Order: sequence, then structure tokens, then C-alpha cells
Amino acid sequence: MAEAETARISTAQQGDATLEVSFSGAFVLAASAPQQIQALQELPASIHKLVLKDEGITEWDSALLILLMEIKQRCEKQEVELDFSGLPKGAQQMIQLASEVPERKGAAHDGKRDSFLVRIGKKSQSTWGEVTGFVTFLGAATISVGRMLTGRAQYRHSEFWAIIQECGPKALGIVTIISVLVGAILAFVGAMQLQMFGAQILVANLVGMGMVVEMGALMTGIILAGRTGASFAAQIGTMQVNEEIDALRTMGIPPMDYLVLPRLVALVIMTPLLVIYADVLGILGGAIIGIFALDIPPVLFFNQTFSSISLWHCAQGLIKGSTFGLLVAIMGCLRGMQCGRSASAVGEATTSAVVSGIVMIVVADAIWTYIFMTVGM
Amino acid sequence: MTATPSNPASEPIPDAVRMHVDGLEMRYGDFLIQKDLTFDIRKGEVFIIMGGSGCGKSTLLKHMIGLIRPAAGEIYYGDTPFWAQEEDVRQQMMQKVGVLYQQGALWSSMTLAENIAVPLEEYSDLSAKTIREVASLKLALVGLAGFEDFYPSEISGGMCKRAGLARAMALDPDILFFDEPSAGLDPISSKLLDDLILELRDSLGTTIVIVTHELDSIFSIGDNCVFLDAETKTMIATGNPRELRDHSPDPRVRLFLTRGQTDGHEDQRESEQVKR
Repeated sequence: MAEAETARISTAQQGDATLEVSFSGAFVLAASAPQQIQALQELPASIHKLVLKDEGITEWDSALLILLMEIKQRCEKQEVELDFSGLPKGAQQMIQLASEVPERKGAAHDGKRDSFLVRIGKKSQSTWGEVTGFVTFLGAATISVGRMLTGRAQYRHSEFWAIIQECGPKALGIVTIISVLVGAILAFVGAMQLQMFGAQILVANLVGMGMVVEMGALMTGIILAGRTGASFAAQIGTMQVNEEIDALRTMGIPPMDYLVLPRLVALVIMTPLLVIYADVLGILGGAIIGIFALDIPPVLFFNQTFSSISLWHCAQGLIKGSTFGLLVAIMGCLRGMQCGRSASAVGEATTSAVVSGIVMIVVADAIWTYIFMTVGM
Repeated sequence: MTATPSNPASEPIPDAVRMHVDGLEMRYGDFLIQKDLTFDIRKGEVFIIMGGSGCGKSTLLKHMIGLIRPAAGEIYYGDTPFWAQEEDVRQQMMQKVGVLYQQGALWSSMTLAENIAVPLEEYSDLSAKTIREVASLKLALVGLAGFEDFYPSEISGGMCKRAGLARAMALDPDILFFDEPSAGLDPISSKLLDDLILELRDSLGTTIVIVTHELDSIFSIGDNCVFLDAETKTMIATGNPRELRDHSPDPRVRLFLTRGQTDGHEDQRESEQVKR
């Protein structure tokens, strides 16, 4: 059919109460809708019966069906009898099929919003559920660590070393790039201010203190949240979807020991090491700027750096770093274990692990900073 | 043979009850799934849990294998009430049980041999060499000899299922649970799996519990069954599936077992509509 005939609908009054509607041409979605549909928009009140007739429909598809459904609904609303026995058999059957099961009331999601109070109530209920879930998980993890210390935990040592490898050495690349750049940025920003007093040499103090106390740990924590926390959540979440965790349980192997424990321990061991590495690289990044852009002699720069930071400063950074590692591992594993049983749930678990990991890192950082300040050493 | 069944089937006590479900009630939160489930599973029989989609078959299985705690009622393994036990006792009891999950549920970070080795490493003092041999044997039993060092992602879905069965059999369990074993398998593979199930029952005396709605499997291997109904939310029949098909007083059961070929044709159409 090279040239599809345009669809036409014509109406003719038959007697007092009957309207005859004739269809002809091609009713296909690709073609434009027939003009006469307007005529059917408002049926005169005197009409009580509508007879649909096929006056040479050349081809039809869903376009005709949509039209018929619309007419049918209008007829039902105005209580007009509808007779479509004159239409193609296939179309009649399709209409029959579509009308067989009545539209389920309330099946379509109504856009009605809950009232303000109801929403507050629901929100606080779900928040409370989050809190109890978190605390329960912490408790189970603690018991599991206890089992490990007494040598009764069931986990595979090869798996543990694989996780150590994955979250430690394999993160060195990105930690290198980020900490060198952060060290350099600190040096640049500091230099601009300190130049005004002719005190460029203090850039060394700024970079040293900034990296060791704060930025080394914070940057490592955030990198781990995005890299390792996300992968923990995705791994455990996928295992949840595949019933692999159920399989562990029915074999009498607690998933807490088998999956969560090695991840927690691995990250708590590896994070401080990464923080030390980040500190050193950050100071190097600052030194590059200090030596080449600010013309500070290398020996002077490093002497100044090491005289400004004490062991206690390093310890502060390491304490923060260990906390961050623990938080990232907990959030990653918790979200993985809470994961629903679908592919999209794994995505949500991963996102949530990263977001809540970062939030908790920053909150923990604030708390530790406050504690260290009040301790005042 | 390196592995011998821990409970040789040489003297099966006739009609010994292996599992007993007593007044079980299952809920998700406030939502009732099934209630008043009471039935026996005898030693060495192939027991089928069946019912229409969404009636709670798989949920019942999860209660029986200790994944979900019942809202009410109890499940007995032999004479021992399962849920009344402490967690570590329950874990011990689960060592006598093997489960084949719908998609196999193999641990994706391990090879097939390592998958089968996990329960053996946990619960036996066998040497690494013996464990490897047991793993090879179990794989050979399910027709996967030579696939020891493949990862689950490298084999087909049907093979994953068979490897899952090999893992479920690792500890020579007394009871094997199957969650929809024929789902996603072609008719021939599914027939082969059925044959394998019967073989296991006959040679090792293993009690088999299967969740399925495949009529072919139900009639060819089922000795006994329970029929769950989604509308009344309880079991409406129990007994031999072939007898139920021919003589059940309940038209819903006959309808299900004959694929709606009985006089109740119109009923099903209607109930289908109500559900939607």
C-alpha cells in the first residue's frame, strides 16, 4: 500500500435516536487522526444508539482501537447503546479483550499526598527503624569481632587477604593523586596569604599540619567511601539478590562472620596505613610548590615541616583515619545486608552507602576535632 | 567412594516422620500469607509444596530451612522443635539439610570446587586433597565433571543449578530442599534434574522437599504434597498428587492439577479477574 488512504469518519442520522458512524480508509498510528472525530465529541442528547460500520477500512492498528475505546467510554458515560458488530472482527475482539477486566480502582497510583502530620509520622517511624537497624548491626558486628578474637569466627582467610589487597594497595594510585594535589593546593592558598607578611616559610607549617591532622585522614576517608564502601555495598547487595546470603545461612555459616567481619577488619587495618601514605604524599605535594614556586630551599622546607608537627598531631590523624575506615566499612556492609531483592535495590544500597559514609565521616571528623581541641594538646 | 551417606538408607523405618509442620502461620509484618499449615513429611519421600503464583510456597520453604521465623506454630525436624532451639543449635541442625535455590545461588567469587568445599571446610577436618576429591565427585554426580575450576559466571543457568545441587549435597544431607528446580530449564534438562532427584532418593534415602508448580514434575516424582491456596490463605489439600488429581473433593485442586481442564473452567477465569 504505497499511498495509505486517509482515514475518514462520516456520521448519518438514522431515524430519531440512532446515529450511524461509518469508518473508511487507513486507521494507523502513523497517519494523522481523522477530522470528524470532533463531531463525535458531543453526542446530541436525543441519540440513544450508536451504530459503527466498516465502509472500507483498508488497514488498522492501535489507532483505531484507541478511537473505539474513547467512543465506548463516552457512550457508557452518556448511556448510549453502542453497536460495533459492523467493524472488522479482529478489532471487535481486541476491544472485548481490553474491556474484559474492569479497571482496578486504586490501582493507578493516585497523586494524593499524605497530610503534613502523616508525613512527619511516617518519616520518624522510618528514621527510628534506621537507628535500630544500625544499632543491631553494630551489636552483631561486635559479637562477631569477639568470636574472631577467640578464634571461633568462620571466614575464609584467602578471602580476607583478597579484601586487604583490594582496599589497601589497589587504592594507592588514587590516594597518591588526590593527596599530592591537596598538598599543593594547601601550599598555594597558604602562600597567597602568607606572602603579604613575607612569611612564605610558614607554608611548610600549614601544609604539614593541614595534611597530618586533617586532610590526609579526611581525603583518605572520602576516597574509601567512594571506592571501597560502594564496592562492599554492591558485592553484599548482589549476593543478597542472588540468594547467596541465604545459602550461607542455611549452611549454618553466619554471614556476619563470613562477609562483614573480614571487610570491617581489613578496612580498619588498611585505613591508617593509607592515611600515613597520604600524609607523606601531601607534604611532598606542598614541598613541590614551596621549593619550585616559592623558592624555599628544600632543607629549610622539610626542617620547618618536621619542627611544626609532633607525634601527637600524627596520632590525631591516625585516630580520625581509623574511625573513618570503620565507619565506611560499617555503612558499606550495613547497606549491602539491608539491600532489597532487585537490581535497582543494589544501586540504591550503593548510593546510600557512599552518601551516609561521607556524612558520617564529616560528622565524626567534627566530633574528634572538638575533642582534640578541648583536650588541648 | 570417599563419601558415604551419614545415615545409610539400609533400614528405612516405614513411615517414619522426618519433618512435621505444626499449625504454622506466616506473615510479612501485618500481612498474613498462610495460616494453619499442618502436615508430615516422611523419610525418603518426595514431598511437593504446590499452589498458584504468589500463594507463599517459597515463603513456606524459607520458614522450613530456618531463614524466616514463623509468626506462630512450629517446625519439627524428627522430634526436635526447630524454632524453639538456640541459634547455634539451629545452625547445627541445618548441617543435615541441603538447599538448592532457584538460581543456584553459587557464591560468585569462588570456583565451583571452592563452592562445594566451603561447607566441608567448615564442618569437617578433611585434608585439602580429600575435600578436592569430594568436590570432584559431587560435580561428577551432577554431570559437571571437569568444571571444578570454572566460576559460576562462566557456565549456563542450568549448569549453575546442577552445581548448586552438588553443593547442597556436599555434606550428605538427610533432607534436600528444592526451590522451583525446573524454573528456567528446558524440558529435557528439567526431566534430567527430576531423574537425578529420584536417583538421590533411591540410592541415598534422602528425603526430598520440592517447591514447584510444574505439573509434569509433580506427577512424575511426587509421592506426597501439600496444596496452598492464596485466597483462603491456608492449605486446602494434602496427599498423593495423582490421587488428588483424580479424586480430590475440592474443585480448585483438581482445576490446578489438570490445568483448568475440568468443569470449573469459568471459575478460574473469574478468580483470575478478582486477583487482578
